[in-house]
Amino acid sequence: MNTPLAPHYKKPLWETPFAERARALQQRDSYVPWAGYSTVDVFTTVEQEYFAIRNATTLFDLTPMVKYRIAGPDAERYVNRLVTRDIRKLKVGRVSYVVWCNDAGHLIDDGTVFRIAEHDFRICTAERQLDWFMDSAIGFKVEIEEVTSEIAALAVQGPTSCFVLKRLGLEGVEQLKPFEWRNLSAAGRPVMVSRTGFTGDLGYELWMRPEHALGLWDDLMDAGQSRGIRPIGSQALNMARIEAGFLMPNVDFISAEHTIRLNRDRSPLELGLEWLIDFDKPHFNGRRALLEENRVGPKRRLVGLDVAGNKPAHGALLYSDEAGLKEVGHVTSAMWSPTCKRNIALAMINTPHEGLGSTVWADVYLNRELMWERRMLRSQVVERPFFAPARRRATPPNDR
Amino acid sequence: MSSVRPDSADVIIIGGGHNGLVCAATLARAGQSVLVLEAAEHVGGMAITRRFAEGFKVSAAAHLFNQMPLSLVRDLNLKHHGLAFAATDLPTIGLSPDEAPLRMGDLDALNVRSEADARAYAPFDRRMNRFGKLIHAILASTPPRLGTTLWEDKWALAKMALKLRLLGRKEMRELLRIIGMNAYDLFEDEFQTPVLKGVLGFDAIVGSNFGPRAPGTVLTYLYRRAAEVSADSSTFVQPIGGLGTVTQALARAAEAAGARIRTQAPVARILVENDHASGVLLESGETIVANTVISNVDAKTTFLNLLGTEHLDTGFVRRIDHFRSAGMTAKLHLALAKRPNFTGVKPEWLGGRLVLSPSLNELERAFNPTKYQSVSATPALEITIPTIHDSSLAPTGQHVLSSVVQYVPYSIKGGWQTHRAALTTQLIDLLDQHAPGLRDSVVAAELLTPEDLEKEFRVTGGHWHHGDLAFDQFYMVRPVPGATQYQTPLPGLYLCGASSHPGGGVMGLAGRHAAHRVMSKSP
Repeated sequence: MNTPLAPHYKKPLWETPFAERARALQQRDSYVPWAGYSTVDVFTTVEQEYFAIRNATTLFDLTPMVKYRIAGPDAERYVNRLVTRDIRKLKVGRVSYVVWCNDAGHLIDDGTVFRIAEHDFRICTAERQLDWFMDSAIGFKVEIEEVTSEIAALAVQGPTSCFVLKRLGLEGVEQLKPFEWRNLSAAGRPVMVSRTGFTGDLGYELWMRPEHALGLWDDLMDAGQSRGIRPIGSQALNMARIEAGFLMPNVDFISAEHTIRLNRDRSPLELGLEWLIDFDKPHFNGRRALLEENRVGPKRRLVGLDVAGNKPAHGALLYSDEAGLKEVGHVTSAMWSPTCKRNIALAMINTPHEGLGSTVWADVYLNRELMWERRMLRSQVVERPFFAPARRRATPPNDR
Repeated sequence: MSSVRPDSADVIIIGGGHNGLVCAATLARAGQSVLVLEAAEHVGGMAITRRFAEGFKVSAAAHLFNQMPLSLVRDLNLKHHGLAFAATDLPTIGLSPDEAPLRMGDLDALNVRSEADARAYAPFDRRMNRFGKLIHAILASTPPRLGTTLWEDKWALAKMALKLRLLGRKEMRELLRIIGMNAYDLFEDEFQTPVLKGVLGFDAIVGSNFGPRAPGTVLTYLYRRAAEVSADSSTFVQPIGGLGTVTQALARAAEAAGARIRTQAPVARILVENDHASGVLLESGETIVANTVISNVDAKTTFLNLLGTEHLDTGFVRRIDHFRSAGMTAKLHLALAKRPNFTGVKPEWLGGRLVLSPSLNELERAFNPTKYQSVSATPALEITIPTIHDSSLAPTGQHVLSSVVQYVPYSIKGGWQTHRAALTTQLIDLLDQHAPGLRDSVVAAELLTPEDLEKEFRVTGGHWHHGDLAFDQFYMVRPVPGATQYQTPLPGLYLCGASSHPGGGVMGLAGRHAAHRVMSKSP
């Protein structure tokens, strides 16, 4: 690995190849650690950045996203045994959103798989997985390599993002369908572009060699000037992902490899990810346990909630009755959605209280100038995603 | 060929060692059609008698018989099928360069060396026997699983707790005090005579990867006592014709019950259809169909090679991969032109079990170099001269010496090719110190290191228990969680070998328990 990075014991938090530009634009000195890197939480204000996602073009540095290269004659069989989807159907040039489970059918993490070539895959994931991936390789002819620091990555998301990328010179980018990737180039810099993202909006992710990172950033900022381009931090991204109904590890679920207490693991069935499971493909990790869980039905499910009022129900316990006698679940993510104009939440609710249209009561505590007030807010189980504009799928995207 | 219907059976058993044969006989007697597939030319696994030099035969791996339950011998009518003993009640004799040989259990002789030891021995022996009986209940049953709601699991746990309580408060406390201890401390507490402690220590560690100071070696000692309880005999027995006679009798018993046995039929793969074992593919390319496949092969080979990890979950594979299965025990076979003469060993003892383990410290020292992929100059030995009782094993007037060599690591620095000859010479020299003149009477010698045992008997690591008997690979968690109770994560695939509870030794209990488990699961 040609890593120019100092060992972690000398520098506990690394900087990404974009750090120099991020620092220059950073007005709040607001950083958060992410997978061993220092990343920006907020550049200017969360609101400004959030509205740029929904109305303009945003840059988000996702270099810390952990990336693995999986290659070898058994690569397809290996990935197919690792994840719950049928990866044999994934063609070269396509990306797939996947989850992987332990033996008990509990979620370890989610991520995206890129099929780079017939026998060459890339898995991108929020947390390090080398231990699990290596142990999963016993009996398979594959090589697994972490390539996180070899690839700089930038999410370019928002309704004007396609326009900006075209102006950057990425020829044919408008032809990319959702979950496709292509090797393109901009001003002589090779860039792998995938139509993927974490905002639920029109958007792309750019993957490049670290030495091209700063040049590309500069060109992007130039190309996007007329379309309101701005860098965003993880807070704004988190708002967009809740509206899109996407799961955040360690927020909406804890990796089954990290939980300590009993019954804190979550299965993909509980997380509403049954559409990712293909029971008809050959054996995969957790298959027997998931079949059994599917037979008896999951004990709880992650659902979308529409909460009364406008106060986010952060971490609220949920009750089946207004009096709060019977607890049936809890909120994992919550926000006031500026775009939907709704008070939304993701919540884990025990069956049978989780059905679409069911009513539960959120126990919300409001701090009003140091005085706590308790509210039982009527909440309804609703469809997610909360926000799913047609532009996220349109190909070619509207060219503005 | 394609028009020929493939061979089939209700049950295929992979591996014709003693557990596979016990399992086959038990299932066949219950009316199932059973096919045993053995890779080698003869059945028997690690309990065979074979030629090792022109005119000389030996029990190639296991060489004494004292652990198979009498009930099994009776149920399978093994005496009718040819099992006969050349000698029973073989004495155990402790050898030492510093003391005269000591016959274990001879209190008069012990009294001469230490009155305290002579006084302490009988109560100690009775207590160990009592504990052995309790552990025997563990051996004699299929382990329960924890965390299930099945009444049979709960009942088994309750029975175990009750048996423990019925020892009485004092004895229960004593058992719980010592069971996690090391053999060294326990025997040092009880006795003074070095060779007595040496032999007891040897019994605690033989076949294992532990020195006598390793925690858990009291457990392995009690385990051995338990197996003796099971066999209803605390002494050793030598079958006529060696240990091969036992497995030959088992094979006949299985065939008499209707089981078929095919030798030279190595299995390449266990076949899977719709997430259920569906048969096997032989190395010859032949497919054999079955509803149930039982593997007598060690757990690592079964899951990692024959089944393939693609049919298993990562966590399970991880545990199988970590199953400690490197052997630490070698086997030395000598063809001798004349009867050896061990100093101080009475003629009537020579046909017994001679244990060279002069003291606990010597034993620990013999263990030490193995930590660094090396071997001690004075390993511990368990010597038998089977030709004393059974002249069929060697030309008239000549003899066979068979010795277990404890603390010979699986891998050695520089590889066994460069060390085997030197270690053989070294062992002959060691024996010559105790039996002067032995060296000059050696006609032929064969040393089977764990690596050789692995190759000859197709056992990963060449471990005679398939994997260490230790708290973390024991009883309810043997070989690993997910493959206990003889079942595996793959429906229709079972284990019946030493990898499963209660482990190795020519006991046959794993095979019997597995057969019962298969029958209880059959529709």
